Amino acid sequence: MSTATLAAASLNLEPANESGMDQLLEIAMGPQHPSTHGVFRMNVVLDGERVVRLKPVFGYLHRNHEKIAENETYLGSMPYTDRLDYMCPLTNNWAYALAVEKLAGIQVPERAEYLRVITGELTRLQNHTCLIGFLMQDMGASGTPLMYAFRQREIILDLFEALTGARMMCNYMRFGGCRVDLPAGWLDQAKKVVAGFPRFLDEYESLLVSNEILMDRTQDVGVLSKELAISAGISGPMARASGVDYDIRKVDHYSIYDRFAFRVPLGSHGDVYDRFMIRLLEMRESVNILQQAMRDIPEGPIVDPKTKIRGFRPKPGEAYGRIEGPKGELGFYLVSDGSPNPYRYRVRPPSLINLTILEDLCLGRNVADIVVILGSIDIVMGEVDR
Amino acid sequence: MDEKLKTELSKQGIFTTSLQELYNWGRTSSIWPLNFGLACCAIEMIATTMARYDLARFGAEVFRPSPRQADLMIVAGTVTKKMAPQVVRLYNQMPEPKYVISMGACAISGGPFKQGYNVLKGIDRYIPVDIYIPGCPPRPEALIDAFMELQKKIDAQQLTGENRPRHLNADEPSEFIVPQFGEHDLEPTRNSSIWEPPLVQIAQTGSDESGSH
Amino acid sequence: MNLEAIKSEIEANVPGCRLELIANPSPSGQHSLLLDAEHASAVALYLRDTPNLRFDFCSNITGIDWPGKEVSQKIKVRKLVDGVEQEVEETRITTIPGSLEVVYHLYSVEKKHGPIVLRMRTKDRDAGVHLPSFTPIWRSAELQEREIFDLFGVLFDGHPDLRRLLMWDEFQDYPMRRDYVDPDDYEYEPTAHDAVLQRARQHLSQANPVQPSEGEAR
Repeated sequence: MSTATLAAASLNLEPANESGMDQLLEIAMGPQHPSTHGVFRMNVVLDGERVVRLKPVFGYLHRNHEKIAENETYLGSMPYTDRLDYMCPLTNNWAYALAVEKLAGIQVPERAEYLRVITGELTRLQNHTCLIGFLMQDMGASGTPLMYAFRQREIILDLFEALTGARMMCNYMRFGGCRVDLPAGWLDQAKKVVAGFPRFLDEYESLLVSNEILMDRTQDVGVLSKELAISAGISGPMARASGVDYDIRKVDHYSIYDRFAFRVPLGSHGDVYDRFMIRLLEMRESVNILQQAMRDIPEGPIVDPKTKIRGFRPKPGEAYGRIEGPKGELGFYLVSDGSPNPYRYRVRPPSLINLTILEDLCLGRNVADIVVILGSIDIVMGEVDR
Repeated sequence: MDEKLKTELSKQGIFTTSLQELYNWGRTSSIWPLNFGLACCAIEMIATTMARYDLARFGAEVFRPSPRQADLMIVAGTVTKKMAPQVVRLYNQMPEPKYVISMGACAISGGPFKQGYNVLKGIDRYIPVDIYIPGCPPRPEALIDAFMELQKKIDAQQLTGENRPRHLNADEPSEFIVPQFGEHDLEPTRNSSIWEPPLVQIAQTGSDESGSH
Repeated sequence: MNLEAIKSEIEANVPGCRLELIANPSPSGQHSLLLDAEHASAVALYLRDTPNLRFDFCSNITGIDWPGKEVSQKIKVRKLVDGVEQEVEETRITTIPGSLEVVYHLYSVEKKHGPIVLRMRTKDRDAGVHLPSFTPIWRSAELQEREIFDLFGVLFDGHPDLRRLLMWDEFQDYPMRRDYVDPDDYEYEPTAHDAVLQRARQHLSQANPVQPSEGEAR
């Protein structure tokens, strides 16, 4: 089946038996629901326990980020990017800085690139740990895995706080570099944290990977085919779990990722279990990258001295910059008309686009599986609705 | 009761209390919050309940997914206009006595997003708020501080008299109007009985005398 | 990958299509192709299915609003003034019609190249806001086109489920358009300045003609 027919077939789905319409139960999950990861709503039509239709409803956290950014200077939008995907502020900063650097043709000094890689990969670690924690929580493993995840997250947030001054809203990157250099002793502390991380991963893995309940709940649940994943624009760990070999760190050669040896884990089934495993494996690769980056980080300036902070006006034009965020392809598209504010500022939200296929994954499954499938997509509403 | 006599008696193993103290003590030590996160602040709220900050020390770790079982609504994050009717409805569904913590700049006033066309400029336009915590997002310590402030507030509530709280006064409303989606904005845009825009002194004529830099 | 070459390749293979190369002066060098609405789907299919291109990943779809502009020109005209022919300067106002633009960023997962930037423009901003939907070609367009319909008001013909995505269904306006006026519900800051002060003044003069006298304010 070609991708076009695949897409069309899954869109116009009639309930299985038309005569039994009165037997169907229509429920609204959300916007206040403990498992929807924020204010997300799904209008679900059920035949008994089986899902026959699922329509997501968005916009409960539509904070008009793009409109506000049009009335804000380029740098003025940087703190707003923190609040997009509020689990990973630093990668959001990075994607935005990258887009502006493309737009204005700014070079980033060596040390700043290393700082970006280090903070970006730390962000990926804490995002993936928490995602797995939340996924387990959704599955009913109330408390413990999430506690473990947050324990680890707090350690990484301590590093962020020491470096940027804020736990969550870091506002760290600048066009052409980073805001502040590493404080004394930070690198040693970070090395310790990263060195301790594999031990945590071992522990996590031994608890979860071969857990029978987890395998029962996740294997062959929410299977996403490779073709549909590509056609629907699915990116990040979710696409790689379906076997799509596409990692923007490898494809775009942005920043200095070419210098590090790391592998891109791929899944073969595309089910929830694969998505869970991909994230575990990606964390191991992130630890690898971090160790190399922290070993090689050079001395030098952290910001391009030629970039203007005040009165920054890129020439008219446009640019699309993207990075491999923890959730997928995070891109920023900027149109400049030569004024201090962007004429158009667009965020390509991986969370929203990864939700395109939610209905396809859930059809025919039980209600309890919706929660698990949604958990494995890894969404953050701040980014979905912007 | 005389405080001195009370301490003297307690030294001899006799504890005395008043009904009000007992009642308030029970309620302060078991606040059940609604499991209700809106945005970024919700992550800090979760962090507060996790191992390092451990909200359970304050008797408030039992997050209830259903408003019918909750005493406290933590409005954690930006309330958008699309979400505001649901927030008010959830509040109406909570049984009395109920309290509201407005967590973070967004829930207080719209915060950084207040220029947005879909952002509600403060949840206190529709429901009464007991505690405001500033911050974007507030640290877990700040949320714990808000809890302690709320506990103080509950502790000081009187069972009888003029100053008795809303839930003991049958004349006071416990439900508030749920706004409806309009063609351009919510209708009504605020609950006038609990919130009016503050009067601000603005010179009508003359150029920008303030703040133009 | 040369956009010029891709353009001539498409022109040779999709008969009748009109493409225009829009140069991008910024250092990013991401030039784009302007498609005509009639042949857009054919061009998109060609880009997706041709073995050497294979743009199978529609990454990002953006709506942009270009409101109509009034350009005033000063021109010299010979006219009879008081019976004498004189050269008089006149201002002539020409209106450039606005349009809504949709920009697509395509990548290829198979060939690992990209981006190629496509754009389409509507005829105007009122009645002629129809554009063909790319959802049947790339599923990822589904939600993004709904978002553009919601915020800009572009009608995508052939979209299976064109509803508002972010705002509620009763909402009438298109808030991301440049001429959108948002509802008057600003928080009135005690130390208002600049835009906030302006808005507060506007609000006070509209909604509340009777001013609080100075000093009465709290």
